[in-house]
Amino acid sequence: MGPIREIDSKLITETVKRLFLEANTCLGADVIEALQISLAREESALGRQVLARMLENAAVAKEESAPICQDTGLAVVFVELGQDVHVAGGLLNAAIEEGVRQAYGEGFFRKSVCDPLSRANTGDNTPAVIHVEIAAGDRIRLTVMPKGGGSENMSSVTMLLPTAGNEGIRRHVVESVLKAGPNPCPPVIVGVGIGGSIEESLILAKKALLRPLGQKNGRDDRLNDLEQDILADVNRMGGGPQGFGGSVSALAVHVEMKPCHIASLPVAVNIQCHVARHRETII
Amino acid sequence: MQNSRSIKTPLTDDLCASLHAGDMVLLSGEVFTARDAAHRRLQETLQRGEALPFDVRGAVIFYAGPSPTRPGRIIGSIGPTTSYRMDPFAPLLMEQGMKGMIGKGKRSAEVVAAMQRYKAVYFGAIGGIAALTARCVRSADLVAYADLGPEAILRLELVDLPVVVVNDTQGRDLYEEALKRS
Repeated sequence: MGPIREIDSKLITETVKRLFLEANTCLGADVIEALQISLAREESALGRQVLARMLENAAVAKEESAPICQDTGLAVVFVELGQDVHVAGGLLNAAIEEGVRQAYGEGFFRKSVCDPLSRANTGDNTPAVIHVEIAAGDRIRLTVMPKGGGSENMSSVTMLLPTAGNEGIRRHVVESVLKAGPNPCPPVIVGVGIGGSIEESLILAKKALLRPLGQKNGRDDRLNDLEQDILADVNRMGGGPQGFGGSVSALAVHVEMKPCHIASLPVAVNIQCHVARHRETII
Repeated sequence: MQNSRSIKTPLTDDLCASLHAGDMVLLSGEVFTARDAAHRRLQETLQRGEALPFDVRGAVIFYAGPSPTRPGRIIGSIGPTTSYRMDPFAPLLMEQGMKGMIGKGKRSAEVVAAMQRYKAVYFGAIGGIAALTARCVRSADLVAYADLGPEAILRLELVDLPVVVVNDTQGRDLYEEALKRS
Protein backbone atom coordinates (compact mmCIF):
# COMPACT_ATOMS: atom_id res chain seq x y z
CA MET A 1 0.00 0.00 0.00
CA GLY A 2 1.31 3.43 -0.96
CA PRO A 3 1.01 6.67 0.98
CA ILE A 4 -2.49 8.11 1.37
CA ARG A 5 -3.40 10.66 -1.29
CA GLU A 6 -5.86 13.35 -0.42
CA ILE A 7 -8.46 14.31 -3.01
CA ASP A 8 -10.58 17.36 -2.35
CA SER A 9 -14.28 16.63 -2.58
CA LYS A 10 -14.65 19.85 -4.60
CA LEU A 11 -12.54 18.29 -7.37
CA ILE A 12 -14.96 15.35 -7.44
CA THR A 13 -17.93 17.74 -7.70
CA GLU A 14 -16.32 19.71 -10.53
CA THR A 15 -15.36 16.55 -12.38
CA VAL A 16 -18.82 14.97 -12.13
CA LYS A 17 -20.39 18.24 -13.27
CA ARG A 18 -18.09 18.50 -16.29
CA LEU A 19 -18.66 14.88 -17.29
CA PHE A 20 -22.47 15.21 -17.16
CA LEU A 21 -22.37 18.50 -19.09
CA GLU A 22 -20.30 16.81 -21.80
CA ALA A 23 -22.19 13.52 -21.85
CA ASN A 24 -25.58 15.15 -22.34
CA THR A 25 -24.55 17.48 -25.15
CA CYS A 26 -21.74 15.75 -27.01
CA LEU A 27 -22.38 12.28 -28.41
CA GLY A 28 -19.36 9.95 -28.18
CA ALA A 29 -17.21 9.47 -31.29
CA ASP A 30 -17.86 5.71 -31.12
CA VAL A 31 -21.64 6.21 -31.33
CA ILE A 32 -21.29 8.67 -34.21
CA GLU A 33 -19.10 6.19 -36.07
CA ALA A 34 -21.58 3.37 -35.42
CA LEU A 35 -24.42 5.52 -36.77
CA GLN A 36 -22.36 6.35 -39.87
CA ILE A 37 -21.62 2.66 -40.49
CA SER A 38 -25.34 1.92 -40.00
CA LEU A 39 -26.29 4.65 -42.47
CA ALA A 40 -24.11 2.96 -45.09
CA ARG A 41 -25.63 -0.47 -44.53
CA GLU A 42 -29.28 0.40 -43.84
CA GLU A 43 -31.46 -0.96 -46.64
CA SER A 44 -34.61 1.09 -45.97
CA ALA A 45 -34.75 4.60 -47.47
CA LEU A 46 -36.82 5.83 -44.50
CA GLY A 47 -34.38 4.12 -42.13
CA ARG A 48 -31.50 5.99 -43.77
CA GLN A 49 -33.34 9.29 -43.37
CA VAL A 50 -33.86 8.54 -39.68
CA LEU A 51 -30.18 7.69 -39.16
CA ALA A 52 -29.10 10.80 -41.07
CA ARG A 53 -31.24 12.95 -38.79
CA MET A 54 -29.68 11.31 -35.73
CA LEU A 55 -26.24 12.31 -37.02
CA GLU A 56 -27.45 15.82 -37.85
CA ASN A 57 -28.91 16.11 -34.35
CA ALA A 58 -25.59 15.15 -32.75
CA ALA A 59 -23.90 17.97 -34.68
CA VAL A 60 -26.59 20.51 -33.71
CA ALA A 61 -26.50 19.49 -30.04
CA LYS A 62 -22.72 19.84 -29.92
CA GLU A 63 -22.75 23.19 -31.70
CA GLU A 64 -25.44 24.61 -29.42
CA SER A 65 -24.35 22.81 -26.23
CA ALA A 66 -27.96 21.62 -26.14
CA PRO A 67 -29.16 18.28 -24.77
CA ILE A 68 -28.94 15.58 -27.48
CA CYS A 69 -32.19 14.17 -26.10
CA GLN A 70 -34.75 15.97 -23.94
CA ASP A 71 -34.52 13.02 -21.55
CA THR A 72 -31.22 13.82 -19.90
CA GLY A 73 -31.77 10.80 -17.74
CA LEU A 74 -31.34 9.47 -14.30
CA ALA A 75 -27.74 10.24 -13.28
CA VAL A 76 -25.87 6.95 -12.92
CA VAL A 77 -22.29 7.18 -11.62
CA PHE A 78 -19.73 4.40 -11.37
CA VAL A 79 -16.84 5.06 -9.00
CA GLU A 80 -13.65 3.06 -8.75
CA LEU A 81 -12.12 4.36 -5.58
CA GLY A 82 -8.44 3.66 -5.01
CA GLN A 83 -8.01 2.35 -1.47
CA ASP A 84 -5.11 4.75 -0.91
CA VAL A 85 -7.39 7.76 -1.45
CA HIS A 86 -8.73 9.92 1.33
CA VAL A 87 -11.60 12.14 0.21
CA ALA A 88 -11.18 15.42 2.07
CA GLY A 89 -13.64 18.23 2.70
CA GLY A 90 -16.85 16.28 2.43
CA LEU A 91 -18.53 12.96 1.76
CA LEU A 92 -17.84 11.23 -1.56
CA ASN A 93 -21.52 10.69 -2.35
CA ALA A 94 -22.44 14.25 -1.38
CA ALA A 95 -19.71 15.56 -3.70
CA ILE A 96 -21.11 13.50 -6.57
CA GLU A 97 -24.70 14.61 -5.88
CA GLU A 98 -23.55 18.22 -5.91
CA GLY A 99 -21.87 17.71 -9.29
CA VAL A 100 -25.11 16.29 -10.67
CA ARG A 101 -27.12 19.17 -9.20
CA GLN A 102 -24.82 21.78 -10.76
CA ALA A 103 -24.65 20.09 -14.17
CA TYR A 104 -28.42 19.70 -14.49
CA GLY A 105 -28.99 23.29 -13.35
CA GLU A 106 -26.33 25.04 -15.43
CA GLY A 107 -26.81 22.82 -18.46
CA PHE A 108 -30.58 23.48 -18.59
CA PHE A 109 -31.05 19.71 -18.50
CA ARG A 110 -34.41 18.19 -17.73
CA LYS A 111 -34.93 17.18 -14.12
CA SER A 112 -36.42 13.73 -14.48
CA VAL A 113 -36.30 12.37 -10.94
CA CYS A 114 -39.42 12.14 -8.77
CA ASP A 115 -40.91 10.51 -5.70
CA PRO A 116 -42.19 7.13 -6.91
CA LEU A 117 -45.57 7.46 -5.19
CA SER A 118 -46.48 11.16 -5.19
CA ARG A 119 -44.55 11.67 -8.48
CA ALA A 120 -43.36 15.03 -7.08
CA ASN A 121 -40.17 16.07 -8.88
CA THR A 122 -37.10 16.39 -6.65
CA GLY A 123 -36.22 19.48 -8.67
CA ASP A 124 -32.49 18.97 -9.24
CA ASN A 125 -32.21 15.48 -10.76
CA THR A 126 -30.85 14.01 -7.53
CA PRO A 127 -30.50 11.55 -6.01
CA ALA A 128 -28.01 10.02 -8.41
CA VAL A 129 -27.51 6.26 -8.60
CA ILE A 130 -23.97 5.70 -7.35
CA HIS A 131 -22.03 2.43 -7.58
CA VAL A 132 -18.74 2.40 -5.66
CA GLU A 133 -16.05 -0.23 -5.96
CA ILE A 134 -12.77 -0.23 -4.11
CA ALA A 135 -9.74 -0.59 -6.36
CA ALA A 136 -5.98 -0.61 -5.94
CA GLY A 137 -4.02 2.64 -6.08
CA ASP A 138 -4.45 6.27 -5.16
CA ARG A 139 -6.77 7.49 -7.88
CA ILE A 140 -10.50 7.68 -8.55
CA ARG A 141 -12.09 6.62 -11.83
CA LEU A 142 -15.41 8.38 -12.37
CA THR A 143 -17.81 7.19 -15.06
CA VAL A 144 -21.06 9.04 -15.58
CA MET A 145 -24.02 7.74 -17.52
CA PRO A 146 -27.22 9.72 -17.98
CA LYS A 147 -29.76 6.92 -18.51
CA GLY A 148 -33.05 7.65 -20.26
CA GLY A 149 -36.33 6.27 -18.93
CA GLY A 150 -37.76 4.93 -22.18
CA SER A 151 -35.00 2.38 -22.74
CA GLU A 152 -34.69 1.55 -19.04
CA ASN A 153 -38.41 0.65 -19.02
CA MET A 154 -37.73 -2.04 -21.63
CA SER A 155 -35.05 -3.72 -19.49
CA SER A 156 -35.44 -6.83 -17.36
CA VAL A 157 -33.80 -9.58 -15.36
CA THR A 158 -34.83 -13.20 -15.62
CA MET A 159 -33.65 -16.33 -13.83
CA LEU A 160 -33.28 -18.87 -16.63
CA LEU A 161 -32.91 -22.59 -16.03
CA PRO A 162 -29.23 -23.43 -15.43
CA THR A 163 -29.53 -25.88 -18.33
CA ALA A 164 -30.73 -23.20 -20.78
CA GLY A 165 -27.22 -22.79 -22.14
CA ASN A 166 -26.04 -20.49 -24.91
CA GLU A 167 -29.11 -21.13 -27.04
CA GLY A 168 -31.51 -20.38 -24.21
CA ILE A 169 -29.72 -17.13 -23.39
CA ARG A 170 -29.63 -16.12 -27.04
CA ARG A 171 -33.34 -16.78 -27.51
CA HIS A 172 -34.27 -14.92 -24.32
CA VAL A 173 -32.27 -11.81 -25.23
CA VAL A 174 -33.60 -11.72 -28.79
CA GLU A 175 -37.17 -12.07 -27.51
CA SER A 176 -36.58 -9.24 -25.03
CA VAL A 177 -35.40 -6.92 -27.81
CA LEU A 178 -38.30 -7.96 -30.06
CA LYS A 179 -40.77 -7.31 -27.25
CA ALA A 180 -39.26 -3.85 -26.65
CA GLY A 181 -39.70 -3.17 -30.37
CA PRO A 182 -39.84 0.53 -31.27
CA ASN A 183 -40.34 1.70 -27.67
CA PRO A 184 -36.70 2.26 -26.57
CA CYS A 185 -35.69 4.36 -29.63
CA PRO A 186 -33.86 1.91 -31.87
CA PRO A 187 -31.23 1.38 -33.09
CA VAL A 188 -30.46 0.22 -29.58
CA ILE A 189 -27.44 -1.12 -27.78
CA VAL A 190 -28.22 -4.28 -25.85
CA GLY A 191 -26.38 -4.70 -22.56
CA VAL A 192 -26.48 -8.27 -21.24
CA GLY A 193 -25.32 -9.43 -17.84
CA ILE A 194 -25.00 -13.15 -17.32
CA GLY A 195 -24.42 -14.76 -13.95
CA GLY A 196 -23.63 -13.46 -10.50
CA SER A 197 -26.57 -12.92 -8.17
CA ILE A 198 -29.74 -11.23 -9.36
CA GLU A 199 -28.46 -7.71 -8.63
CA GLU A 200 -25.00 -8.39 -9.94
CA SER A 201 -26.37 -9.53 -13.29
CA LEU A 202 -28.13 -6.17 -13.63
CA ILE A 203 -24.99 -4.22 -12.79
CA LEU A 204 -23.05 -6.31 -15.31
CA ALA A 205 -25.66 -5.52 -17.97
CA LYS A 206 -25.37 -1.82 -17.25
CA LYS A 207 -21.57 -1.92 -17.22
CA ALA A 208 -21.65 -3.75 -20.56
CA LEU A 209 -23.15 -0.59 -22.03
CA LEU A 210 -20.02 1.36 -21.09
CA ARG A 211 -17.77 -0.54 -23.47
CA PRO A 212 -17.00 1.63 -26.52
CA LEU A 213 -18.89 0.56 -29.64
CA GLY A 214 -16.75 -1.26 -32.15
CA GLN A 215 -14.55 -2.75 -29.43
CA LYS A 216 -14.49 -6.54 -29.29
CA ASN A 217 -15.35 -8.39 -26.12
CA GLY A 218 -11.83 -8.97 -24.90
CA ARG A 219 -12.73 -11.16 -21.93
CA ASP A 220 -14.00 -14.31 -23.52
CA ASP A 221 -14.32 -15.54 -27.13
CA ARG A 222 -17.57 -17.32 -26.25
CA LEU A 223 -19.11 -13.99 -25.31
CA ASN A 224 -17.86 -12.40 -28.48
CA ASP A 225 -19.62 -15.11 -30.50
CA LEU A 226 -22.80 -14.73 -28.46
CA GLU A 227 -22.78 -10.97 -29.05
CA GLN A 228 -22.44 -11.43 -32.81
CA ASP A 229 -25.16 -14.11 -32.95
CA ILE A 230 -27.66 -12.02 -30.98
CA LEU A 231 -26.88 -8.91 -33.04
CA ALA A 232 -27.46 -10.80 -36.28
CA ASP A 233 -30.77 -12.20 -34.97
CA VAL A 234 -31.97 -8.78 -33.82
CA ASN A 235 -31.07 -7.08 -37.10
CA ARG A 236 -32.89 -9.78 -39.09
CA MET A 237 -36.20 -8.91 -37.38
CA GLY A 238 -36.81 -5.95 -39.67
CA GLY A 239 -37.81 -3.32 -37.11
CA GLY A 240 -35.02 -0.98 -38.15
CA PRO A 241 -34.36 2.59 -37.00
CA GLN A 242 -37.26 3.74 -34.77
CA GLY A 243 -39.14 0.56 -35.74
CA PHE A 244 -40.25 2.12 -39.05
CA GLY A 245 -38.65 -0.83 -40.87
CA GLY A 246 -35.09 -1.60 -41.87
CA SER A 247 -31.96 -3.60 -41.28
CA VAL A 248 -30.43 -1.73 -38.33
CA SER A 249 -32.43 -2.38 -35.17
CA ALA A 250 -29.35 -2.55 -32.94
CA LEU A 251 -25.90 -1.00 -33.13
CA ALA A 252 -24.31 -3.58 -30.87
CA VAL A 253 -24.81 -6.28 -28.26
CA HIS A 254 -22.43 -6.25 -25.29
CA VAL A 255 -22.27 -9.16 -22.86
CA GLU A 256 -20.57 -9.31 -19.48
CA MET A 257 -20.43 -12.48 -17.40
CA LYS A 258 -19.52 -13.71 -13.91
CA PRO A 259 -19.83 -17.12 -12.26
CA CYS A 260 -23.19 -17.92 -10.69
CA HIS A 261 -24.83 -20.42 -8.31
CA ILE A 262 -25.19 -23.99 -9.61
CA ALA A 263 -28.99 -23.67 -9.32
CA SER A 264 -29.18 -20.36 -11.18
CA LEU A 265 -28.61 -18.61 -14.48
CA PRO A 266 -29.48 -14.93 -14.06
CA VAL A 267 -29.69 -13.03 -17.34
CA ALA A 268 -30.21 -9.28 -17.23
CA VAL A 269 -30.98 -7.23 -20.32
CA ASN A 270 -30.39 -3.48 -20.09
CA ILE A 271 -31.50 -1.69 -23.24
CA GLN A 272 -29.80 1.53 -24.26
CA CYS A 273 -31.24 3.89 -26.88
CA HIS A 274 -29.09 5.20 -29.72
CA VAL A 275 -28.26 8.27 -27.60
CA ALA A 276 -25.73 6.22 -25.65
CA ARG A 277 -24.19 8.74 -23.29
CA HIS A 278 -21.30 8.10 -20.96
CA ARG A 279 -18.06 9.82 -20.05
CA GLU A 280 -15.22 8.82 -17.77
CA THR A 281 -12.05 10.24 -16.35
CA ILE A 282 -9.45 9.44 -13.73
CA ILE A 283 -8.51 11.90 -11.02
CA MET B 1 -37.79 14.09 -44.83
CA GLN B 2 -37.98 13.47 -48.55
CA ASN B 3 -41.31 12.57 -50.21
CA SER B 4 -43.24 14.00 -47.31
CA ARG B 5 -46.74 15.37 -47.38
CA SER B 6 -47.35 18.66 -45.56
CA ILE B 7 -50.35 18.87 -43.25
CA LYS B 8 -51.59 21.46 -40.81
CA THR B 9 -53.48 21.13 -37.54
CA PRO B 10 -56.27 21.05 -36.44
CA LEU B 11 -57.04 17.72 -38.12
CA THR B 12 -60.38 16.83 -39.67
CA ASP B 13 -62.00 13.42 -40.21
CA ASP B 14 -61.31 13.64 -43.95
CA LEU B 15 -57.66 14.57 -43.49
CA CYS B 16 -57.16 11.73 -40.99
CA ALA B 17 -58.84 9.24 -43.31
CA SER B 18 -56.43 10.25 -46.09
CA LEU B 19 -53.36 9.39 -44.01
CA HIS B 20 -51.99 5.86 -44.23
CA ALA B 21 -49.49 3.87 -42.18
CA GLY B 22 -46.02 4.53 -43.55
CA ASP B 23 -46.80 8.01 -44.93
CA MET B 24 -44.11 10.55 -44.23
CA VAL B 25 -45.60 13.81 -43.08
CA LEU B 26 -44.37 17.32 -42.27
CA LEU B 27 -46.72 18.50 -39.55
CA SER B 28 -47.32 22.21 -38.90
CA GLY B 29 -49.61 24.23 -36.68
CA GLU B 30 -50.71 24.14 -33.07
CA VAL B 31 -50.12 21.04 -30.94
CA PHE B 32 -50.30 20.49 -27.18
CA THR B 33 -47.67 18.68 -25.11
CA ALA B 34 -48.92 16.26 -22.48
CA ARG B 35 -47.36 13.20 -20.88
CA ASP B 36 -47.99 10.94 -17.91
CA ALA B 37 -49.00 13.22 -15.04
CA ALA B 38 -50.86 15.67 -17.31
CA HIS B 39 -52.93 12.83 -18.77
CA ARG B 40 -53.95 11.72 -15.32
CA ARG B 41 -55.13 15.25 -14.55
CA LEU B 42 -57.01 15.54 -17.86
CA GLN B 43 -58.83 12.31 -17.02
CA GLU B 44 -59.67 13.53 -13.52
CA THR B 45 -60.96 16.81 -14.97
CA LEU B 46 -63.33 14.95 -17.30
CA GLN B 47 -64.43 12.61 -14.50
CA ARG B 48 -65.42 15.65 -12.44
CA GLY B 49 -67.46 16.88 -15.42
CA GLU B 50 -65.26 19.95 -15.85
CA ALA B 51 -63.86 21.50 -19.05
CA LEU B 52 -60.38 20.56 -20.25
CA PRO B 53 -57.77 23.35 -20.15
CA PHE B 54 -57.65 23.47 -23.97
CA ASP B 55 -59.99 22.69 -26.84
CA VAL B 56 -59.26 19.07 -27.68
CA ARG B 57 -61.52 18.97 -30.78
CA GLY B 58 -59.35 18.38 -33.82
CA ALA B 59 -56.28 18.70 -31.60
CA VAL B 60 -52.98 16.87 -31.81
CA ILE B 61 -51.26 15.92 -28.56
CA PHE B 62 -47.48 15.58 -28.56
CA TYR B 63 -46.27 13.15 -25.89
CA ALA B 64 -43.30 15.25 -24.85
CA GLY B 65 -41.60 16.87 -21.90
CA PRO B 66 -38.92 19.27 -23.14
CA SER B 67 -35.72 20.19 -21.37
CA PRO B 68 -35.77 23.69 -19.81
CA THR B 69 -35.64 26.71 -22.12
CA ARG B 70 -32.41 28.65 -22.05
CA PRO B 71 -32.60 32.47 -21.98
CA GLY B 72 -33.31 33.88 -25.42
CA ARG B 73 -34.56 30.58 -26.80
CA ILE B 74 -38.06 29.41 -27.74
CA ILE B 75 -37.80 25.99 -26.14
CA GLY B 76 -35.24 23.47 -24.88
CA SER B 77 -34.57 20.14 -26.56
CA ILE B 78 -37.82 18.35 -27.30
CA GLY B 79 -38.83 14.95 -28.62
CA PRO B 80 -41.35 12.15 -28.23
CA THR B 81 -41.63 10.04 -25.11
CA THR B 82 -42.83 6.41 -25.24
CA SER B 83 -46.55 6.42 -26.00
CA TYR B 84 -47.88 3.23 -24.36
CA ARG B 85 -47.87 4.96 -20.99
CA MET B 86 -50.65 7.23 -22.30
CA ASP B 87 -52.71 4.29 -23.63
CA PRO B 88 -55.09 4.18 -20.65
CA PHE B 89 -56.10 7.80 -21.35
CA ALA B 90 -56.02 8.08 -25.16
CA PRO B 91 -59.48 6.60 -25.99
CA LEU B 92 -61.16 9.03 -23.58
CA LEU B 93 -59.46 11.99 -25.27
CA MET B 94 -60.35 10.67 -28.74
CA GLU B 95 -63.95 10.46 -27.56
CA GLN B 96 -63.67 14.17 -26.72
CA GLY B 97 -62.46 14.94 -30.24
CA MET B 98 -58.66 14.54 -30.19
CA LYS B 99 -57.58 13.61 -33.71
CA GLY B 100 -53.85 13.04 -33.52
CA MET B 101 -51.10 11.85 -31.23
CA ILE B 102 -47.35 12.24 -31.72
CA GLY B 103 -45.07 9.90 -29.82
CA LYS B 104 -42.90 6.85 -30.23
CA GLY B 105 -43.48 3.15 -29.75
CA LYS B 106 -46.35 0.71 -29.85
CA ARG B 107 -49.97 1.40 -28.89
CA SER B 108 -52.43 -1.01 -27.27
CA ALA B 109 -55.15 -2.83 -29.21
CA GLU B 110 -57.72 -0.63 -27.43
CA VAL B 111 -56.03 2.55 -28.66
CA VAL B 112 -55.70 1.22 -32.22
CA ALA B 113 -59.41 0.30 -32.19
CA ALA B 114 -60.33 3.74 -30.81
CA MET B 115 -58.37 5.37 -33.65
CA GLN B 116 -60.57 3.52 -36.14
CA ARG B 117 -63.75 4.37 -34.25
CA TYR B 118 -62.98 8.09 -33.81
CA LYS B 119 -60.98 8.57 -37.04
CA ALA B 120 -57.75 9.58 -35.36
CA VAL B 121 -54.13 9.03 -36.32
CA TYR B 122 -50.94 8.16 -34.41
CA PHE B 123 -47.73 9.71 -35.69
CA GLY B 124 -44.27 8.46 -34.80
CA ALA B 125 -41.67 11.20 -34.35
CA ILE B 126 -37.99 10.32 -34.25
CA GLY B 127 -36.82 9.88 -30.66
CA GLY B 128 -33.42 11.08 -29.51
CA ILE B 129 -33.03 13.96 -31.96
CA ALA B 130 -34.34 16.60 -29.60
CA ALA B 131 -31.89 19.40 -30.40
CA LEU B 132 -32.91 19.18 -34.06
CA THR B 133 -36.63 18.83 -33.32
CA ALA B 134 -36.53 22.03 -31.23
CA ARG B 135 -35.89 23.89 -34.50
CA CYS B 136 -39.42 22.99 -35.67
CA VAL B 137 -40.93 24.85 -32.70
CA ARG B 138 -41.79 28.49 -33.47
CA SER B 139 -43.54 29.32 -30.20
CA ALA B 140 -44.26 27.69 -26.87
CA ASP B 141 -46.77 28.88 -24.27
CA LEU B 142 -47.86 27.40 -20.97
CA VAL B 143 -51.45 26.17 -21.01
CA ALA B 144 -51.83 24.32 -17.71
CA TYR B 145 -50.22 22.46 -14.79
CA ALA B 146 -47.09 24.63 -14.36
CA ASP B 147 -46.44 22.76 -11.09
CA LEU B 148 -45.69 19.60 -13.09
CA GLY B 149 -42.49 21.19 -14.41
CA PRO B 150 -41.36 19.23 -17.48
CA GLU B 151 -44.79 17.57 -17.57
CA ALA B 152 -46.79 20.82 -17.89
CA ILE B 153 -49.11 21.25 -20.88
CA LEU B 154 -47.64 23.62 -23.47
CA ARG B 155 -49.15 24.96 -26.67
CA LEU B 156 -46.54 24.70 -29.42
CA GLU B 157 -46.60 26.22 -32.86
CA LEU B 158 -44.78 23.76 -35.12
CA VAL B 159 -43.39 24.18 -38.61
CA ASP B 160 -42.66 21.05 -40.63
CA LEU B 161 -42.10 18.51 -37.85
CA PRO B 162 -41.09 15.29 -39.67
CA VAL B 163 -43.32 12.42 -38.51
CA VAL B 164 -44.40 9.06 -39.90
CA VAL B 165 -47.96 7.70 -39.75
CA VAL B 166 -47.74 4.58 -37.56
CA ASN B 167 -51.43 3.76 -36.95
CA ASP B 168 -54.11 4.99 -39.34
CA THR B 169 -57.91 5.09 -39.33
CA GLN B 170 -58.07 1.72 -41.08
CA GLY B 171 -56.36 -0.10 -38.24
CA ARG B 172 -53.03 -0.54 -40.02
CA ASP B 173 -49.82 -0.56 -37.98
CA LEU B 174 -46.47 0.39 -39.53
CA TYR B 175 -44.47 -1.32 -36.77
CA GLU B 176 -46.26 -4.65 -37.36
CA GLU B 177 -45.91 -4.35 -41.11
CA ALA B 178 -42.16 -3.64 -40.80
CA LEU B 179 -41.66 -6.89 -38.86
CA LYS B 180 -43.78 -8.91 -41.29
CA ARG B 181 -41.76 -7.66 -44.27
CA SER B 182 -38.53 -9.14 -42.94
